[in-house]
Amino acid sequence: MISFLIQLVTGAQARWVGEPPAARCIFFANHSSNLDFPVIWASLPPAIRRHTRPIAARDYWDGSRLRRYLARDVFNAILIERHKVTVRENPLLPMEQALDAGDSLIIFPEGTRALDDDAPMNPFKPGLYHLAKRHPDVTLIPVYLESLNRILPKGGFLLIPLLAAVTFGSPIQLEPGENKLLFLDRARAAVAALEAAHA
Amino acid sequence: MTLPTRPDNPLLDRLPVALRDSRLLGLLAGLVLVLLAASLIGALLRRRAATPKAHATVENLIARTNSWWIMATLFLTTGLLGLGATLCLFALLSFFALREMITLAPTRRADHHTLFWIFFVITPLHYWLLYDRWYGLFAIFIPVYGFLWICIRSTLTGDYKHYSERVARIFLALMICTYCISHAPALLTLDIPHFAGQNVKLLFFLAIVVQSSDVLQYVWGKLLGRHKIAPHISPNKTWEGFIGGSLSAALLSLALAWMTPFNLWQTALIAYALTLAGFAGGIVMSAIKRDAGVKDYSQLIPGHGGVMDRIDSLCFAAPLFFHITRYYFTGPAA
Repeated sequence: MISFLIQLVTGAQARWVGEPPAARCIFFANHSSNLDFPVIWASLPPAIRRHTRPIAARDYWDGSRLRRYLARDVFNAILIERHKVTVRENPLLPMEQALDAGDSLIIFPEGTRALDDDAPMNPFKPGLYHLAKRHPDVTLIPVYLESLNRILPKGGFLLIPLLAAVTFGSPIQLEPGENKLLFLDRARAAVAALEAAHA
Repeated sequence: MTLPTRPDNPLLDRLPVALRDSRLLGLLAGLVLVLLAASLIGALLRRRAATPKAHATVENLIARTNSWWIMATLFLTTGLLGLGATLCLFALLSFFALREMITLAPTRRADHHTLFWIFFVITPLHYWLLYDRWYGLFAIFIPVYGFLWICIRSTLTGDYKHYSERVARIFLALMICTYCISHAPALLTLDIPHFAGQNVKLLFFLAIVVQSSDVLQYVWGKLLGRHKIAPHISPNKTWEGFIGGSLSAALLSLALAWMTPFNLWQTALIAYALTLAGFAGGIVMSAIKRDAGVKDYSQLIPGHGGVMDRIDSLCFAAPLFFHITRYYFTGPAA
């Protein structure tokens, strides 16, 4: 129901460059709107969607009753701490627990959303690297989201009903001996390449 | 053209005037037969298709026919229900067309509020003016005040980068998707002497002439097409298809002259003008698509592409038809 509503509002069309994955995986995408993870979540085939948990910022999604209900009960999101990262509040812990439990994840390695029209994607934060290193068997799938920042830009509350597009790319892997910076750059390029491929 | 009235049958009196017209009922039955035939041919071809390529072509034909069933049913039902229903249908079409066109146009964050205005304020208000039959304001609302407001609203955010392009793109989309197309349902608001209650036939006439001209141009082009008109914009459009299609659509219109308040030569001439406008609409909308690097506006209508792919020729023919009819055929009071 909810996924149908999201698709109706955003007109989201999913394109798969590779095959939809059979095993658990991490979808990592560019971040431009609060609609990002709901749209990816709604574009997934139902069988995969059921076991896929988006990662979202606690400070935003715990901010009101409705948001908390959506995040926890509808999307089954993992809410993580962005600002006060401590050993006890290590944001990677709940992600790893979810992976160990056999779930897939949706993450936005840019962290925050880019504000400027002309700015490229922010550099990726290292979380993706650590997850890839500790769970080498998990498939990493780049996802490019288009038009969502135009439907609901950061700081806006008016929805414009444009047509969004979600492109799922071919999986990438952490190569043996590859260092953190190289891998994160490559992951970011994989997302950016989907934009270029579409345009 | 006077209507037969039968005061002894109250049920019949409650029907829309148009439905008491036996020729219109005949036309609707004819349309159903054409669609039935298309569906039947599709089903037969599906059994014959051997190669994967033939199979894909047949599936596309079937998808197109199924979509035609839905589009024709929606269009005819709302038309017969009256002005309110027709306006709702066209307002929705405008909304979907705007959505497709704005998605292709690279607007910026600063345009967000302007876009909100054209989707949720200007377009509904424009259709409400038609419902209110306030022709004077309907005619100038978007070209003057919509235009001024788009310019103003887009400056309020302070982003001046690509300002002229952004404003031009938004205004282009609003003019085509809302202003132009709304002249089709506007036909229902005209007061034509001796034609009261039958305006919906004009709307059907417009749609049939324009859409059949599209189909006939395609057929003539496939049969005889040699000389391309605009190879860079629309490689399928040829002079042979264009001339053959528009002339044969004008000939076909003679058989539909009873739907209009025009005499035979007027009907053929007006229909010919409509096919020219429709052709222009198709080629303009192709240019916009080419510029954005896409083939279809969206995939909303299976087999056809987007809403804009289907109504492109109607957008340009509707205002012309509306103004010809209004100028020459409404009473002096109009």
